[in-house]
Amino acid sequence: MSNAIIRMLTCGSVDDGKSTLIGRLLVETDSVPHDTVQSARDVRRVGSTIAAGDIDFSLFTDGLAAEREQGITIDVAYRSMALPNGKRLIIADGPGHEEYTRNMVVAASRADIGLVLVNAVRGVRTQTLRHLTVCSLMGVQRIIIAVNKLDALNFAKSAYDGIIESLQPVIKKLAIKDVHFVPISALHGANVSTKSTECDWYAGGTVLELIQSWEDLRISANTPRLNIQSIARTEEFRGISGTVVDGTFKTGDTVAILPGGKQAQISKIVTFTGDLAQAQAGQAVTLELVPDSDATRGDTIVLLDQSFPSSDTLEVTLVWLHSTGLKLNNSYYVMNGSSQTAGVVTSIKSKLNVNTGISAHSDTLEVNEIATVQIRLNSPLPLLKYSQSRDLGNLILVDRATSETMAAGMIGKVIQHSPNVFTQDYDIDASMRAQQLNQRPKVLWLTGLSGSGKSTIANLLEKKLFLNGKKAFVLDGDNLRHGINNDLGFSQEDRKENIRRTAEIAKLMWEAGLIVVVALISPYRLDREKAKALLPEGEFLEIWVNTLQAVCQSRDPKGLYSKAAAGQISNFTGIGQEYEIPIMPDLMLNGEADPESNANRIIELLQ
Amino acid sequence: MNSSSAILQELESEAIYILRETAAAFSHPVLMYSIGKDSTVLLHLARKAFFPRAIPFPLLHIDTKWEFKEMISFRDRLAKELNLNLIVHTNLDGVKDGVNPFKLTASEYARIMLTVGLRQALDSHGFDAAIGGSRRDEERSRAKERIFSVREAGHRWEPRRQRAELWKTFNTRLNQDQTMRVFPLSDWTEIDIWHYILQENIEVNPLYFAKERPIVKRGEQLIMIDDDRYPLLENEVPEMRRVRFRTLGCYPLTAAVESEADSLEQIIEEVLQVRRSERSTRLIDGVKEDSMEKKKTEGYF
Repeated sequence: MSNAIIRMLTCGSVDDGKSTLIGRLLVETDSVPHDTVQSARDVRRVGSTIAAGDIDFSLFTDGLAAEREQGITIDVAYRSMALPNGKRLIIADGPGHEEYTRNMVVAASRADIGLVLVNAVRGVRTQTLRHLTVCSLMGVQRIIIAVNKLDALNFAKSAYDGIIESLQPVIKKLAIKDVHFVPISALHGANVSTKSTECDWYAGGTVLELIQSWEDLRISANTPRLNIQSIARTEEFRGISGTVVDGTFKTGDTVAILPGGKQAQISKIVTFTGDLAQAQAGQAVTLELVPDSDATRGDTIVLLDQSFPSSDTLEVTLVWLHSTGLKLNNSYYVMNGSSQTAGVVTSIKSKLNVNTGISAHSDTLEVNEIATVQIRLNSPLPLLKYSQSRDLGNLILVDRATSETMAAGMIGKVIQHSPNVFTQDYDIDASMRAQQLNQRPKVLWLTGLSGSGKSTIANLLEKKLFLNGKKAFVLDGDNLRHGINNDLGFSQEDRKENIRRTAEIAKLMWEAGLIVVVALISPYRLDREKAKALLPEGEFLEIWVNTLQAVCQSRDPKGLYSKAAAGQISNFTGIGQEYEIPIMPDLMLNGEADPESNANRIIELLQ
Repeated sequence: MNSSSAILQELESEAIYILRETAAAFSHPVLMYSIGKDSTVLLHLARKAFFPRAIPFPLLHIDTKWEFKEMISFRDRLAKELNLNLIVHTNLDGVKDGVNPFKLTASEYARIMLTVGLRQALDSHGFDAAIGGSRRDEERSRAKERIFSVREAGHRWEPRRQRAELWKTFNTRLNQDQTMRVFPLSDWTEIDIWHYILQENIEVNPLYFAKERPIVKRGEQLIMIDDDRYPLLENEVPEMRRVRFRTLGCYPLTAAVESEADSLEQIIEEVLQVRRSERSTRLIDGVKEDSMEKKKTEGYF
């Protein structure tokens, strides 16, 4: 799918100038009918100070009568906008009030971009922290922080810089890295869709440019999935209907039907306009399977080698949406896409204070609150972590008596109990060990070409951490191959296994409380993603040592490039084997820079 | 507003997803077929969604007996050609009481013939989900509408009690007395509809295309005299004007616009240029600010 439709949520309250900003974006992209624009010139609210004949941009987002009577917005509004680059933007506009975290979560659930407004006159408030936390939690890919009302401060750079500075500590803690600031005046149209001449100190893009430049980089691996909506049956045909997500299915693919894992082959991809050879993410299709299985609504189809076990135990970040709070051990319906079962919340692990970002123990969960909980399902569902798939990683809880939607959840962990291997619960856990060592354990994964400088940087980094009293350990790809990985070669399969083992070792060391520095070429994106998925969000930092191949080749510390060039080694990354560059690393180092300063940059990242 | 084929494909897939979800999750869904362009697109999408099956639910038309004649002939021909299960319902109580668009205000007329008529039909057939062609760009109370929108007993819409709707995990469960309204075209715009009709080569009603038609003027509104029930003024003779309709409905309440557009391409061109809110030609909605919101709370689509 080409992602021709981009979804964005807007966060901010009335006095941040949010309606004016949205209204201006709509009008300046010619997305509002002309008679509506005309009426915004003619009509005035009581007490409006906008000059006669000018457009009151805030009028376009006016909502329901029920809302105007109470002077509040109670619900999310959706508006379409044509972007100059030919794409479509759908704005989900949620109200800003604190009691409406619920609505923000609704608006964010499908959003690619979060547009967060900060009123420069009033400065950063707790609501801004809440907006950033929720955007990050809901898997928004890009955050644009628009610092508004700078006209009232004569476009003073110092005011803008002050806001950036005060938000830096919050942003550093977020899982999302693609964060942009832009100084604007929604009222005067500065840096909304046209560049302002009044803040020439700002070199970045306008709000519109920052929206348009976003591209979906989420899916690098081909991991097609299809949640079955219905069975299409005629006298001579039986197929399964659903929409493909996260990759592409082709005819001839061998698939597994989850849960259960029954195998079948895709013999036909049927649509109204004719059979297809392949079905891409986003396409609604009907698949014919051979052998014709008893697959049913709610089952999920995946490629056989990407099959995963279904589980009845989940760790979920739950947002409570209903005025009736959570009842522990009460049976709710649990739904994901077309899959449904019943389940209970067995425990609340911790509750997140969205205004401070700090988690604490709690026994209750009420409307607008967010907590990490454990859920036990009546029957296992084929679900993944939210960070792996937004479509297969979400769920809602529905009250069995009233049919009301009570809560929405993002799956953090799918907990497996293998029939023979039991997970032993120990009283001392990772966080307690870290506390005793007085440090925050991390896995720092250095990836890059052979000769890029990974080992040199890792060595320097360990020394610096050691001298600082930190407990760190380097796992070097070359060294591991002498011991635990000495049975592995350099084929794609062996490299995968090499990375898997290294990642598992890193995880054990992380659990022991150590700062683990991994120096491993790790050329494939999927393998690195799998390694990352072993650890909780934010604990694995991907660091790309980016060095031109020509430079690596001239360094050639182990003489490997010359051997590869001479044909003495095959499967050498960069020569004969591909290196897939990280799409959104947590840090990118210039491998030609001084290793000392590169090591320092990693230390800064840790702080 | 631009709508490339990539945008249309995403919109189409989403609509099909919603239609399939509706057919699978409810016991008696029905597709509201108003003969207009939006429900004609909806019908086309339903054929695509369930292929190679037939559409697994009936179509329902609320017939006020005041529609343009060409609407009814189009409806009946299409139902026959596509072998559709079409239910036509008229509020016979309204007919018996002599309700017509001249005796009552436009909004009271619509309440009785459309809203009450719809409620009668939904109740008598026991439909638990009604699929409609409404779009969020039509009007401001629509911008806040859910894709799956619960109606309480009596088909009332309670804006304050809307369920949270996240991702594409739709809560399709109903309580006793509740029914569901489903809007697969929520994210479409008017111009998307026309581009899609062009791309898919969908046959739409001839009233959308410019043609010489007998017209009288009422205020600023151009009314086509479709039969002899329309009360003309003394000595008034309808004059032939080249007009087309941007929306379809009851002919005395649906104004025409003067136009030369007699092909889909020209209609798209015109829609892009005029950019008037399309409902300004529909008299029922223009009666009062928030009239749509009010009608929706009473059970209108």
